[in-house]
Amino acid sequence: MKVGVTVNGTAQEHDVEPRTLLVHYLREDCGLTGTKVGCDTSSCGACTVLVDGESVKSCTMLAVQADGATATTIEGLANGEAMHPVQQAFHEHHGLQCGYCTAGMVMAAVSLLEETPDPSERDVRIGIEGNLCRCTGYHNIVESVLAAAEQMRTQPR
Amino acid sequence: MTASGSILGHAVLRREDPKILEGGARYFDDLPIDRMLHVVFVRSTIAHAEVTSVDTSEAVGMPGVVGVYAGDDLELEPIQGFVMLPPVFARPPFAKDRVRFVGDIVAAVVAETRAQAVDAAELVIVDYEPLPVVVDAEAALADGAELLFPEHGSNLAIEFDFGEDPTVLDGAEVVIKQTMVNQRVAAVPMEPNGIIAMSDGEGGLVCHVPTQNPHGLLQPIAAATGLDEDQIRVVAPAVGGGFGAKAGMYVEFAVAAKAALVLGRPVKWTETRSENMVAMTQGRAQVQHVEMGLKRDGTIVGVRVKIYADGGAYPTIGAFLPFLTRTMSQGVYAIPKVEFTSWSAATNTTPLAAYRGAGRPEATAFLERIIDIAADELGIDPVQIRKQNFIPPEAFPITTVTGANYDVGEYAKAIDEACRVAGYAELRAEQAARRERGDVLQLGIGVSAYVEVTAGGLFQEYGAIEVHDDGSVSATVGTSAHGQGHETAFAMIVQELLGIPMERVTVVQSDTALVPRGLGTMGSRSLQIGGSALYKASEGVLAKARQLAAHLLEANADDIVLTDDGRLGVAGVPSSALSWGELAVAAKSGDGVPAEIGESLPPGMEPALAYALDFNQGEATFPFGAHIAVVEIDTETGNVELLRHVAVDDCGRILNPMLVAGQQHGGIAQGVAQALWEGFAYDDDGNPLTANLMDYAMPSAAELPSFEASNTETPTPLNPLGAKGIGESGTIGSTPAVQNAVIDGLSHLGVRHLDMPLGSQRVWQAIRDARTSA
Repeated sequence: MKVGVTVNGTAQEHDVEPRTLLVHYLREDCGLTGTKVGCDTSSCGACTVLVDGESVKSCTMLAVQADGATATTIEGLANGEAMHPVQQAFHEHHGLQCGYCTAGMVMAAVSLLEETPDPSERDVRIGIEGNLCRCTGYHNIVESVLAAAEQMRTQPR
Repeated sequence: MTASGSILGHAVLRREDPKILEGGARYFDDLPIDRMLHVVFVRSTIAHAEVTSVDTSEAVGMPGVVGVYAGDDLELEPIQGFVMLPPVFARPPFAKDRVRFVGDIVAAVVAETRAQAVDAAELVIVDYEPLPVVVDAEAALADGAELLFPEHGSNLAIEFDFGEDPTVLDGAEVVIKQTMVNQRVAAVPMEPNGIIAMSDGEGGLVCHVPTQNPHGLLQPIAAATGLDEDQIRVVAPAVGGGFGAKAGMYVEFAVAAKAALVLGRPVKWTETRSENMVAMTQGRAQVQHVEMGLKRDGTIVGVRVKIYADGGAYPTIGAFLPFLTRTMSQGVYAIPKVEFTSWSAATNTTPLAAYRGAGRPEATAFLERIIDIAADELGIDPVQIRKQNFIPPEAFPITTVTGANYDVGEYAKAIDEACRVAGYAELRAEQAARRERGDVLQLGIGVSAYVEVTAGGLFQEYGAIEVHDDGSVSATVGTSAHGQGHETAFAMIVQELLGIPMERVTVVQSDTALVPRGLGTMGSRSLQIGGSALYKASEGVLAKARQLAAHLLEANADDIVLTDDGRLGVAGVPSSALSWGELAVAAKSGDGVPAEIGESLPPGMEPALAYALDFNQGEATFPFGAHIAVVEIDTETGNVELLRHVAVDDCGRILNPMLVAGQQHGGIAQGVAQALWEGFAYDDDGNPLTANLMDYAMPSAAELPSFEASNTETPTPLNPLGAKGIGESGTIGSTPAVQNAVIDGLSHLGVRHLDMPLGSQRVWQAIRDARTSA
């Protein structure tokens, strides 16, 4: 089936098997391997991307369901050379170790801060509970998201 | 090393981050490789059975299928998991006559796409004749137990018997006995396992593997495929976590490697998570029968431990790990006598291997639990009973009764600091008030003190420094990072010694073609051993550079110093200094050296501004610490919430406090998870009950608090950095602290011990039982 998705601002069109998941479409057809697959039960959130601005676990969606939509992956988050404040905060607060959950975690955080610009620690913890990390114990991820929120409130891009 | 301007001790941000954060880091599954084939495995759905037939005929004809293999099709040798174990336990990559656990491999399908391979694998028909199943290590060793390897005559994989000591509890006024289950847990690195195996064009193989130890795979892949080790190159690209479970060989690697040779095309195995939960080695899984004898004043007189350890279906290093449990079974205490016996058994379950801590958490767990029961019974405060039994600082270095050579220790310092941070006295007052009021939400306060062994048995590592013509540096090391931040930490060491900015230091690791040898990253060894190797190699290069500069500047080498701007010159004569790049050019020997530099090498000096060595620490180091956990227990529902977790971990001298704290946080979370939620379970028929991330209770951010992690710094004298390991301490200290906290919160109801994981059902039941019997 023909599927057309605008990914990171670029119009993509591919012929895919109907059963193709959005995450596999992004990784294999679009060649955007920054989005990861960490499970097969939609539990881990490593594949989180933005579809029409909202965070979606891209393993829970078929590529054909994204036909006509706009998707943003980790590769499309930075503004040219400048990292997104969430990316920058993860760097400055050691919010990543092995990095495998990071793309999904960052995209989930971006979406969370869109909806909740001034979150409490509890808001952040609940907001990212669909994303699993094994390295950081979440401590510095939570710090990173709170720092990014502060940064985005005080110095909007 | 200069104290002023030192980079060591600073929270330098990670150079690994930008690539990861922008989605550009390449994990094995991300590598763009042409003509790739995909292998999918047909795994046993039965825990123990005779395989009566494997019918691949329908699968062979499916679209895209290029190969279906079973039995002896690929002529693969069985893989011996751990050298000390009987060879009978070696695992054939394809189970033939018999399958021994759910997840054992019966066949493999290779196809043009992964989807095609999955479709075809569904059509491989396997007939099983079920056999009785053993899922419990102690039961597996009982008379009449079903045998996994009848030719071996028993299910015993290995026994560690250091002899009975009938006097071990002599002089005790009380003897505390408790059986504890240190349950099986799954490693769950966020990146599952896998491999890409491909021809090198000359009859050999290049393998991209998410491994902690690329060099460690050369021998087993060579043995399985019949190639020589020097025909194999193993590269670990970005690796998404390991936690011990990616330290070793997997039979799947052998299948992919041989298929790539046979088919002449790259073959990739990408493990699914559900596959990972049965195929990747798991951790812990000990049943511990513990006795501790004490005087009424709380002085410990001796400990007796009998352990049944689960080795899983093809016992490997996991069966050996009780040896490390024994090593650490004196812990932080001046225990005069320890009697230890362990039996590791084959069972119809996923094989056991190292998991963050690997045998040491099990020791700390039983010691810290039994001493808490003793404190409760004797009416002594848990902190007090620990402190009065600690090995005193002046006793170090000390050889324990189990033969461990502890380097340094100041155990009271760590627990005092933990109590200070936690506000221990205030917490006890709050607990008393809640008990007094009969609050529904009761407070539990759990303490643990630990010592562990890092770099145990893996004392040596390769390190090399080479300065290039442009003044940049390559730092080559045999450890292999998979999330720890070694590129950052190791570049800091080179900057510290050579004065070359870390941005100009390339860390070379994780590729057997670029690194001549290495033991990988495991056992919390990398900074202390690999980092020290680079430290010593940097010193070697610096000494050579000073000799060379002295020769070129016609000065005495003793007068050559590293200038503030990172050049080498005569002390007090800054104008004459030479840059690292100039020295590197000069060191290339006479040919092509610019005339203005003059005669290049002094007599007898080898060309190249480089130095390589194998650093050998000769001994392990023994980091220590103390943790205090504070939990709130809902006595109506049994729900446990971890309110606070205080960790004071002493890993010696700290090179990058940000990286150290990150290791503490991650370790704490994994340890807390074992105490409260995680447990890999089987039913009596050997069916795994928790084989995906829906059923396996790995915590999210919502279940955990932020942690209060800090450090004391007691440097080890064993390496030039003064560093001890930190990778596993958090896991070792946190599990018993949290378990103790929950039981402490119920102790006033008469609860004396509960096994992990302390989920709400178990806690609720304990409260109910206590109230019923009261």
